[in-house]
Amino acid sequence: MTQYLLRRLLIAVPSLLGISLVLFSVLALAPGDPFGELAANPNVPPEVAAELRRKFGMDDPVLVRYWSWLTAMLQGSWGFSFVSRMDVDLLILQRLPTTLLVIGSSQLLALAIALPVGIYAATRPYSIFDQIASTLAFIGFSLPTFFTGIVLILIFSITLDWLPFVYRADIAETGWRFYWEHFRQMIMPVTVLGLFQAGSWTRYVRSAVLDVIRLDYVTTARSKGLPERVVIAKHVVRNALIPVVTLVALQMPAIFGGAIVTEQIFRVPGIGSLLISAMLANDTPVIMAVTFVFSVLVILCNLLADLLYGWLDPRISYR
Amino acid sequence: MRIDDIEHSLRAQIEEVRAGKLSRKAFLQGMVHAGLTVPMAAQLLMLHGVANAQAYQSTYKATRRGGGGPLRVLWWQGPTLLNPHFATGTKDQDGSRVFYEPLASWDSDGNMVPVLAAEIPSVAGKTLAPDGRWVIWKLKKDVRWHDGRPFTADDVLFNAAYASDPATAAVTVAVYRDIKVSKIDSHTVRLENPGPRPFWADAFVGVNGMLIPKHLFEAYSGAKSRDAPTNLKPVGTGPYKFADFKPGDMVRGIINTDYHEPNRPFFDTIEFKGGGDAVSAARATLQTGEFDFAWNLQVEDEVLQRLEAGGKGQARIYLGGNIEFMQLNSADPWSELEGERAHPKSRHPILNDPAVRSAMAMLVDKDSVQKFIYGRTGIATANFLNNPSRFVSKNLKYEFNPDKAASVLEAAGWKRGTDGVRVKDNKRLKFVYQTSINAPRQKTQQVVKQAAAKAGIDLELKSVAASVFFSSDVANPDTYTKFFCDVQMYTTTMTQPDPERFMDQFLSNLAASKANKWQGRNITRWVNAEYDKIFAAAEMEMDPVKRAALFVRMNDLAVGDYTVIPVVARPRVAGVANRLNAPTSAWDSDMWMLKDWYREV
Repeated sequence: MTQYLLRRLLIAVPSLLGISLVLFSVLALAPGDPFGELAANPNVPPEVAAELRRKFGMDDPVLVRYWSWLTAMLQGSWGFSFVSRMDVDLLILQRLPTTLLVIGSSQLLALAIALPVGIYAATRPYSIFDQIASTLAFIGFSLPTFFTGIVLILIFSITLDWLPFVYRADIAETGWRFYWEHFRQMIMPVTVLGLFQAGSWTRYVRSAVLDVIRLDYVTTARSKGLPERVVIAKHVVRNALIPVVTLVALQMPAIFGGAIVTEQIFRVPGIGSLLISAMLANDTPVIMAVTFVFSVLVILCNLLADLLYGWLDPRISYR
Repeated sequence: MRIDDIEHSLRAQIEEVRAGKLSRKAFLQGMVHAGLTVPMAAQLLMLHGVANAQAYQSTYKATRRGGGGPLRVLWWQGPTLLNPHFATGTKDQDGSRVFYEPLASWDSDGNMVPVLAAEIPSVAGKTLAPDGRWVIWKLKKDVRWHDGRPFTADDVLFNAAYASDPATAAVTVAVYRDIKVSKIDSHTVRLENPGPRPFWADAFVGVNGMLIPKHLFEAYSGAKSRDAPTNLKPVGTGPYKFADFKPGDMVRGIINTDYHEPNRPFFDTIEFKGGGDAVSAARATLQTGEFDFAWNLQVEDEVLQRLEAGGKGQARIYLGGNIEFMQLNSADPWSELEGERAHPKSRHPILNDPAVRSAMAMLVDKDSVQKFIYGRTGIATANFLNNPSRFVSKNLKYEFNPDKAASVLEAAGWKRGTDGVRVKDNKRLKFVYQTSINAPRQKTQQVVKQAAAKAGIDLELKSVAASVFFSSDVANPDTYTKFFCDVQMYTTTMTQPDPERFMDQFLSNLAASKANKWQGRNITRWVNAEYDKIFAAAEMEMDPVKRAALFVRMNDLAVGDYTVIPVVARPRVAGVANRLNAPTSAWDSDMWMLKDWYREV
């Protein structure tokens, strides 16, 4: 097991190197200049932008820049933002709690809906409940988040005036007001993200459970006289969960990506909105760092999925 | 002749103001009609020793400090750093302005209003040289930095030294590098310009003038500037003290109970939220009232009006000098000269025909563009220089007339071909007309294209992503400074209430070219000896009246030769909550009078 883990982690290193090289060259090829706004300002002499470019090493050839980025990264330095003039890791750390809070809650919400609804629908296939659940799930994952987000804003912020649609990470209120305000502003972004995920996961859980529930060992369990509750919980769900776990783990990074749009709509100051503003400002070190975090997440989530397999299905062994 | 006429009438009017026969306001309005901008007219009066009596007058009503609760403002691009000397855009200047203050600010008419200065320098008060060569600034006493240290002349001197050091790479370097600042006493400084300077009030004033404390930045001058912890944790003299900063997302300030003006500020905290887009920022202030003030609402007027119907706030529209305009290329973008397209020495084979140029100007339906596209946020104009009012020319008119354009072309020998496009000497009237991707611009392109087709000019429309069009990327052929096509359109901004740094974009020695990496200000590559001469004269002209007349003439020359076709003047637009009293000025940061902001009961 330890050996397997080590091997997987070692394999991850060349993949990450490759990813970073591709990212860096794409960014180097892309048009734009972090100091473009200065160059367009008639009051700022061109020497200032030139001096800044020199200071931040932007006039070096791409390979030299990549090498200095890589060596700095290996020493634990994430780089220095051109635009904010501060360390990139600080910028990311500032944004991380909000992203984890919003995305974490939305994933919990999605699981809390998808698991019971999916399982219940599979135990009673083609019943009215199943039909309704399937239809709703279909609608859920067909509607893009930028659409549902705006619809929710229209209903709950504009028409009803119940919820704020601008997310504020720093809330000045104290005591219970602090938690209440946080809860209120989280409702819409979490719902938008959570329902979107819940839609596809419900369908997935349902079909996974449906595959298992017809197998002979389930009939055996039932004929042993086990209560239905135990049959479903212990025999069906545990086996059905294996593909679901893969899906959830593999989709994690995609969710971070998908949350970018939602973060933009609700002004959630998460990593996604940091990435967007860094891209608009051509702030290469920040773009590199954030996309790198995303690629690390992909690799780690893959690994996590594989490890969870073994825990759910002891027949799978790691060598 | 014309310049003399303008000058003569201005001079007569100034004398009337001095004698009290003409009110200052009437004078300013008159100057606007004479083609001058308001700040310039105001400076005219000041330089002639007529008191600056009608500068911004505070209407602040609160009778005690604080108690106003939180102030929430929304910038759809949040500040990314809080050192005014590194500000890359207005967002950073506005964020810094919450904490830092200049010696004086510009009000909406372009008058100077003292902030950290005890008074505005004047010739009459013997604190200003008649030729602007030296300026004496008297500082306000009893001003303290947020950490309790006193604000003195040393801080002012330090800012000039800090910004002018090339190793600091401050964006304000151009303002400070040529001046000499010396200390007279602990609260008086003397600024010396290298020569006569009609516009002497750039250093220490407005967005370029915000002052940072010497005792906290001294150790981080020059190459170490980027390491200063106070770049992100400002300690200033402003009405609010720093509480928290997340770049691009949030700046928070709390009341400065030691502020140098009585009963100010009104609010207990300020939350400066960033991010999102302009439409939803407008919605959050105008329709739902979640925020009190929203910056730069570049939103179609139709949308603004719909959101205003929500009843929580109004769009504040205030005119500066920004203008959406079309440029006609003077150089030849389609063939190379010395290995360079649009070489400043080349001449456009077709657009240099005056008939074609004047026809193009008659094909821009500015009134429809205003009425159907921009609404209140774009005002049709005949002039390139639209503000301050004393610089605005009254001599030009615009006309939309495709039939007349067609007959002008006909008379010049451009005959319609079988496809309706005019031809002369095997040259077809077909132009590439580019702009950045932005809905109102694409609509304007369509309006012009249709009118041009009627007159027999074929316009090929090209839209370039804004991030490419406005970039300074030397390798990209589609940037606006390269201008590798016939006609292009964008908005140019006027950042100072004096037009010198604005009208320099027609100087022949500043033509954009490969040699200057296309950073030359003259993008049309227009060459006009008279213009160059008048500009040089204006740079040295201390008599404000003569100087204003010179700028009016420059506007008339550039527009009269159709090197540019002004389309609409673009005012600034902010969203302001109903009961919020927030003075705005197009010549300074939106936060310029933050100390006077209060909520009416």
